[in-house]
Amino acid sequence: MLKLKLERVPAPVWFRPLIPLLAILATFLITSILVVLAKANPLEAYYNFLVTPLSNRVSALETLVKGTPLLLTGAAVTIAFASGYWNIGAEGQLYAGAVAAAWLGPLLGNFPPVVAILIMLAGGFIAGVLWALIPALLKVTLAVDEVVTTLLMNSIIMFIVSFLLNGPWRDPVSGWPQSPQIAASAMLPKLVPRSRLHVGFIVALLMIAVVWFILSRTSFGLRMRATGLGKEAAQFMGVNISFTMLMAALISGGIAGLAGVSEVAGIHFHLIDAISPGYGYSGIVAATLGGLNPIGVGLAALFIGLIDTGAQSVSRALGVPVFLGNIVQGTLLLVTLGMFLLQNYRLRRVK
Amino acid sequence: MLAVQMRGITKRFGPLVANDHIDFELEQGEVHALLGENGAGKTTLMRILYGLYHADEGDIVVNGDPVHISSPKDAIAKRIGMVSQHFTLVQPFTVTENVVLGYNPGMTLDPKATQRSVLEASKRYGVDVKPDAIVRHLSVGECQRVEILKALYRNASVLIMDEPTAVLVPQEVDVLFESLERLRKEGLSVIFISHKLNEVMTICDRITVLRDGKKIGTVNKQDTGERELARMMVGRETFGVSRDESAECSSIPVLSLENVSALDKKGLIALKDVSLQVCEGEILGIAGVSGNGQSELGRVLAGILKPTLGKIILGDQDITDYDPIQYTQAGVGRIPEDRHSGLVEELSVAENLALEHLGDFTKNGMLDKNRIREQAEQLIQEFQIKAKPTDRCRTLSGGNLQKVILARVISRQPRLMIASQPTRGLDVGATEYVRKWLLEERARGAAVLLISEDLEEVISLSDRIAIMYEGRIVGTFFTRNTSREQLGLLMAGAQEESNA
Repeated sequence: MLKLKLERVPAPVWFRPLIPLLAILATFLITSILVVLAKANPLEAYYNFLVTPLSNRVSALETLVKGTPLLLTGAAVTIAFASGYWNIGAEGQLYAGAVAAAWLGPLLGNFPPVVAILIMLAGGFIAGVLWALIPALLKVTLAVDEVVTTLLMNSIIMFIVSFLLNGPWRDPVSGWPQSPQIAASAMLPKLVPRSRLHVGFIVALLMIAVVWFILSRTSFGLRMRATGLGKEAAQFMGVNISFTMLMAALISGGIAGLAGVSEVAGIHFHLIDAISPGYGYSGIVAATLGGLNPIGVGLAALFIGLIDTGAQSVSRALGVPVFLGNIVQGTLLLVTLGMFLLQNYRLRRVK
Repeated sequence: MLAVQMRGITKRFGPLVANDHIDFELEQGEVHALLGENGAGKTTLMRILYGLYHADEGDIVVNGDPVHISSPKDAIAKRIGMVSQHFTLVQPFTVTENVVLGYNPGMTLDPKATQRSVLEASKRYGVDVKPDAIVRHLSVGECQRVEILKALYRNASVLIMDEPTAVLVPQEVDVLFESLERLRKEGLSVIFISHKLNEVMTICDRITVLRDGKKIGTVNKQDTGERELARMMVGRETFGVSRDESAECSSIPVLSLENVSALDKKGLIALKDVSLQVCEGEILGIAGVSGNGQSELGRVLAGILKPTLGKIILGDQDITDYDPIQYTQAGVGRIPEDRHSGLVEELSVAENLALEHLGDFTKNGMLDKNRIREQAEQLIQEFQIKAKPTDRCRTLSGGNLQKVILARVISRQPRLMIASQPTRGLDVGATEYVRKWLLEERARGAAVLLISEDLEEVISLSDRIAIMYEGRIVGTFFTRNTSREQLGLLMAGAQEESNA
């Protein structure tokens, strides 16, 4: 009889960067089952998923458009997770930023675009910080679990947005539940003519770079990583872990808030209920898949942008429901987490 | 007839050979010591016998029959029992429940009958336990007796004891030895794993010495002595560190604790009214059985546990409310009880060496990576740490981790050094290295507070010794004016008797 034994042996260092790639491969194998059930050929489906979107200019740019908010929420989640603060509230903080942008946007008509856009970004950042503040304070003063509170804060802001759009901010002209259009000067300029790609993409890349810089080049970043990797030891060595986690939570909220600004001022120009199809949660997938390494997170965010775009092209070409994109994302998160855990073990044959 | 015979046992863990063709024979009715340093392969060999590991080569014969032991269940069926260093008792259960757990025939449990049978077993083997006591309320010595009874209740005729005295106070050791003596008369065979020569010479009939995974030899107690055993164990004459008697405690106290009290993690009072002084150029040893407030004393003096009452004075500064950064800046070097809580193991050696004084490695908020690397290279060389600056601490051995902490502390030339269990779990070489540094710091003029559960260590290094019992200091002595027996009595809480 073949007998196996589980041993705790961490995988070698070179194996770690391979984990996301293996996770992607495994995810596609698993989700193939659903593709087959939808009566489509998995290979064809994944060709449409991963290659078709990049094969023409319009949809290639569209993957970057989809990637923009994911880069921001990915960066936001990364800095929080790296500091041991489990911010599940990027979605809500994104909405907070979007509310601020929808409020400020229509008021900035008399400002030159550069000033108006900077005010929009600052406003969105501050709104995200404020929305992240309550769970963060509860965490550092009363040790309330931030996973629960940040998640619940998401529901609260969704209802606030709904209230605003169906009440005071309802568009007086059309009667639709959407806020008044923002001023032209507050709109983020296009990067490429006749596409939806806007300056928010540059802001997003910048934020990935900022998070990388903070975490790996500043002493505050070292304190953050120390807190994230070993709270007790960090405290022993004199790191103020409460302050560090508080700052990480607030910076994270601010960056997630920028994603809201980017969507309002770069894509929709109004606040709408469905401004985010879950970018905050997909940011968690990106951060995890990227192993909390900002560069990896950036690539992962763009990859998820590709999946989002690809889901639509699969749907068009093969009639597979567009929800396949969400399933791939969800599976990807579980598989990646599973692999990061399992890499610490090894199966050995016992004679 | 031989109770157990192990032949040519080899066990490899990757490139490490933990047991290298070891032969081991256990006679019926003898107490047989397995002697060796940490990492010599003693526990590995016994884990193979008990079915926790599987030998790569070699075979086992029990009572003349070749056997295949692939799990503790098989071992128990062959009447082999093991009492490991870390007890495997269910804390909220009674003694009876623990003893019969997993060895109760049928689906139902008759509390009265089982309690009676456990009591009978306890009487028959002379292992004194209270069958209806809750395990959580028992002392370490009592827990150990429950473990022994658990093995005997399963009809063990061979009992493996893995460093049974490591957790006991001297008086409890005597009780244990009496029990073992009685079991031997009953015809039981005992394998006694130890690295303490005096115990081995007291209780055992024969001694097998292991070194670096190899068997060095088996000797009868009558034909040998502590010196020979030590030589077999270490492979050379032991040179042992001993204290320089010339230095007296000066009159200048560096650290003064005045009536300090503190709570433990559960909110219970762990330190009561502790007052002590550590002077320039002396080592004050804190001795005591584990769990009597030493941990909390170490945490208070590391700045991570705030005292509820009392004052802590360093020189002429009141440092009672200082945080860890202020402690280090005031010149206190801290070696934590648990090395893993003193280092962020997923960060690099260089980063861990810099974190405590990060201000010195920061320019305008930016990390000065060159200085961090240079310091690491210098300290790695100076303290012979086997690692590169970029290695994650997780990959280092216990001895090297402790060297990283030592380097971090000593490179700052502290006025006061708080060393909590500085040699716990280290091998002989690393232990000697750490002790040498403590003595060197003392010679430099630093005040050293040594908190250790190893009484030998406290006696051999300290100028003065304070005993902790149930959160209090129950006595302070000059080392030369005290005896091991006196210290042992105080550690066991027997102050009244000693006064009588």
